Amino acid sequence: MMAEPILSIAGVSKRFGGVVAVNEASFDVAPGSITGLIGPNGAGKTTMFNLISGFLRPERGVIHFDGWRCDGRPPHALASVGLVRTFQIPRVLTRMTVLENMMLAGMDQPGEQLGAALYQPRHLARREREIRDQARELLEVIRLSRLANDYAGTLSGGQRKLLEFGRILMTEPRMILLDEPMAGVAPALALQLLDHIIALRAIRGTTILVIEHDMEAVMAISDRIIVMDEGSVIAEGLPEEIQRNERVIEAYLGTHAQAPVPAATAEP
Amino acid sequence: MNGPRDLILSAHHIVAGYTDENILHSVSLEVPTGAIVAVIGPNGSGKSTLLKAIYGLVPPRGGDVIFWDWEGTPHNLVGLRPHVITRLGVNMVPQLSNIFPELSVRENLEIGADVASGRFADRLERVLHTFPALKPALAKRAATLSGGQRQMLGIARALIAGPQLLILDEPSAGLAPAVVDEVFARVQAINAEGVSILMVEQKARQCLALSDYGYVLDMGLNRIEGTGQELLSDQEVIATYLGRRGRLDLAALKRR
Repeated sequence: MMAEPILSIAGVSKRFGGVVAVNEASFDVAPGSITGLIGPNGAGKTTMFNLISGFLRPERGVIHFDGWRCDGRPPHALASVGLVRTFQIPRVLTRMTVLENMMLAGMDQPGEQLGAALYQPRHLARREREIRDQARELLEVIRLSRLANDYAGTLSGGQRKLLEFGRILMTEPRMILLDEPMAGVAPALALQLLDHIIALRAIRGTTILVIEHDMEAVMAISDRIIVMDEGSVIAEGLPEEIQRNERVIEAYLGTHAQAPVPAATAEP
Repeated sequence: MNGPRDLILSAHHIVAGYTDENILHSVSLEVPTGAIVAVIGPNGSGKSTLLKAIYGLVPPRGGDVIFWDWEGTPHNLVGLRPHVITRLGVNMVPQLSNIFPELSVRENLEIGADVASGRFADRLERVLHTFPALKPALAKRAATLSGGQRQMLGIARALIAGPQLLILDEPSAGLAPAVVDEVFARVQAINAEGVSILMVEQKARQCLALSDYGYVLDMGLNRIEGTGQELLSDQEVIATYLGRRGRLDLAALKRR
């Protein structure tokens, strides 16, 4: 059905105490795609992100990233092979400037070793200049240039999301997991953020898996949608298929009462 | 203000939110006396905030909430504290923390009846008539009840104050399907005894099926309204949950 997936989830389960947060979930993500992961509150989406990104270890099942079995590997191991994530609440360093936040993300790159600092100080100085230039360039792209020297703690929620996105751009990942990028972002900034997501895939070919409650946004940018409900994957398909899928509609609006009302004719 | 006699509650252009962010930008609704009115809508549409604004838990930043008591006297609830609103005849069952787990079922009901006049025994009898399952559990610690029993106790605790209008915030949340049916059946039974109901629900379809009228909120605004039956067959309601339109200029997005 699709090219060799870049991310493959097979029969993954995770429970917390007696609560099954993720139950035998399986799905694939095609390289270079934008895939939306949706589902009602408590469906298990964020737990799934935590399992993929190494913040949690699945009890059952297997996760492969680019053919490499990665379930249970720590987040930094995944980041070093190019799989990174964002959080619902952006994690920026509030007591550093916007520019420093960007540069630090760039310095985290594999290859930025202590050895280089000790033995090749000139190289390090040059590399730092490059990173600074790259950071300034990307701040231009995400339109935060005029705030470059402000402390990140002074940014609005939406601006923090942009900065977090910018930090990810500094690391040049192959795949990013975005956890509710639109939440709490004003419409003008939201459109800009969507634009960046689309551009990232178009220009760098980055694979994107995005959890989003803003249906208008996620349906607009995603090639495919995966739907979870109560820990299980209940549907996947094109956005317009998902919007008409009765199983998905039930997950969001509940089942009809005992005496069902005749279903209105489906229309596109 | 001289309100229409057939209304028990009328909220106009409610604005409310937390810290520097408004969740409700302008929401209006009416509850006819004796009706069940449902408020549904996707995550983050402002449903719970609306109930909290009406009941004084989140002070509205704009708008009016008029409640007509049993004598037909209108009261603007805006600016009143919840316990004052309860005395006027409106009570609310929050979604969480709606009982005192360390107290017995009986003590929970006693606290609920605190604002009410009349003999506790009489009130208790009436509430146990609606919730017979609580009778054998009166001496039990509320913490030992099942999720469904707790929800019943939460509703009973609000009901024993003798409200004319009962506000329910997602009474089905976290309950097994069979228990959900039972909770909805109790809500209908309470309504049949003359208590008006204003209810927020995630289980939109089940809720609309038993509601006289419903409001669909989206992004802190009224989006669609109609009778329960009308909304059940309205494709626009589904679109609100699975792809609302108009917030973003998506045409502009695709051109880039």
